[in-house]
Amino acid sequence: MARPAGSRQRWTMLALVAPAVGVLLIWMIVPLAMTIYFSLQRFNILYPERFGFVGFRNFQILLNDPLFWSSMGRTLILVGASLAVTVILGIVLALVMEREFPGRSIARLMALAPFFVMPVVAALVWKNMLMHPVYGLLSWLTSSLGLPVVDWLQNWPMTSIVIIVAWQWTPFAMLVFLTSLQSMPEEQKEAAWLDGANPLQMFFSIILPHLSRAITAVVMIESIFFLSIFAEIFTTTGGGPGQASTTLTYIIYARAFLEWNVGSASAGGLFAVVLANIVAILLIRMVARNMQNPEKFG
Amino acid sequence: MKRTGLGTALLGHGLAFVMFFPILWMLLTSFKTEIDAFSMPPVLFYEPTLSSLNDVFARGSYSKFVTNSVITALGSTILCLLFAVPAAYQMSFHPSKRTNGTLLWMISTKMMPAVGVIMPIYLTFQYLGLLDTLLGLTLIFFLMNLPLAVWMLYTYFKEIPGEILEAARVDGAGVVEELRFILLPASIPGIASTALLCTILAWNESFWSLQLTAVDAAPLTVFIASFKAAEGMFWAKMSGASMLAIGPIVVLGWMLQRHLVRGLTFGAVK
Repeated sequence: MARPAGSRQRWTMLALVAPAVGVLLIWMIVPLAMTIYFSLQRFNILYPERFGFVGFRNFQILLNDPLFWSSMGRTLILVGASLAVTVILGIVLALVMEREFPGRSIARLMALAPFFVMPVVAALVWKNMLMHPVYGLLSWLTSSLGLPVVDWLQNWPMTSIVIIVAWQWTPFAMLVFLTSLQSMPEEQKEAAWLDGANPLQMFFSIILPHLSRAITAVVMIESIFFLSIFAEIFTTTGGGPGQASTTLTYIIYARAFLEWNVGSASAGGLFAVVLANIVAILLIRMVARNMQNPEKFG
Repeated sequence: MKRTGLGTALLGHGLAFVMFFPILWMLLTSFKTEIDAFSMPPVLFYEPTLSSLNDVFARGSYSKFVTNSVITALGSTILCLLFAVPAAYQMSFHPSKRTNGTLLWMISTKMMPAVGVIMPIYLTFQYLGLLDTLLGLTLIFFLMNLPLAVWMLYTYFKEIPGEILEAARVDGAGVVEELRFILLPASIPGIASTALLCTILAWNESFWSLQLTAVDAAPLTVFIASFKAAEGMFWAKMSGASMLAIGPIVVLGWMLQRHLVRGLTFGAVK
């Protein structure tokens, strides 16, 4: 659709994109520049008079803090475990929901629903009504089976949070895999059946390779969301017991809004930005490749 | 592969039921009395009561939280569309050498974790008097969703044949008429889906709303999070308030399901 554009035309065109680009540019650059600036300052809101340049002291203190490293480790566990669960369950659900059976559309809607539940609500329901050691449904279930009652959030805080996160995000994985399965050419599957492939061979040599791009997309998008999980931890364990469920996001929140240490919180925040960007660059590469060969979608 | 069997049906409905169960349990609890909500073993057959839901409404502040959620979610969505529609139009129908780069750069702004920039935003908001205001929260939701809106609209506009717009232009339509009379009517489903996705994401957002609001501008997320302190005391009320908060969004989400993948994966999977 290339056509000679007069300069008046060009200005009109610029005026259409400029507002969106402008606000996003400000939104990206200004806060990030301020975070970098604060990370090099001694700056605690409670002691505003002790403000001053300290170079990399905030980073030095952070890197020497064992809590920082253990929370980094817990962040990776949270992301890794939730990814593994959502991808595997997502594939299982997608394979089942792709087949035709009576009431399939209702089943799909029910399986999809958790994704739209507010994270705060999801966390509260699991914490109070399902995982509560006395009145929770899970403890009633385990005790009726004669098994010991577990105080989930006290005894296994990280596992519990992974369960809540996985419950919310498995539907998203399922939906992406379903979309990808539906784009699969029917002939390919039929040919494999005719060649006498059994279901396992079918899954590993036909379906899984077809899903690989969808799996990559789910892994990258979920990683970015999982790295900044906050509401689920805030409403259930508050980072505890002790520091057993303090992740990178949570420790930055605590530095910022419980200790009011802007310098330290900013230094931690930059780590979070770097971590998210490593994942994001891979994702953007994948999307960019799609843009160049649109026929290879799916 | 497309065989129908009792086994598949049982498996499908069983898995769906397990996923849906926590929501169902909350729904059932919201119609219980507080005493029934607590009884062990759980009461399965009970006389449904609206008392908990009535209590939620009776708390005068509840309607304020709902209003705040509605204003910030809809306000940010409208802002998003106002900025995203022209940008997506230009990029899909009059692409330049820089268009692909701009689009990719826009996703990258979405990848910045909130904790990375919460301090500057908080201090700036404090300085500008935007803390705990509806305007402040609306602005954040708008900026958070803008890249997504541009992308989603871009992929929808790409599917509209450019010849229609070309024809209008030959007939003497300017950019504004072209947008208003040709593009908007042709892309209403795409625009509606984009608006729904923005609304859902803004409605459910919790990190920014927890940090930037306290009383005056607090949306439903903040109200429901306040139940965490009252652990084990008001389950029926908590369930009632939660059901009312997620009900409309789950329904909107169901309507949107087909378009969700396109919006959230930036077209990386189709």
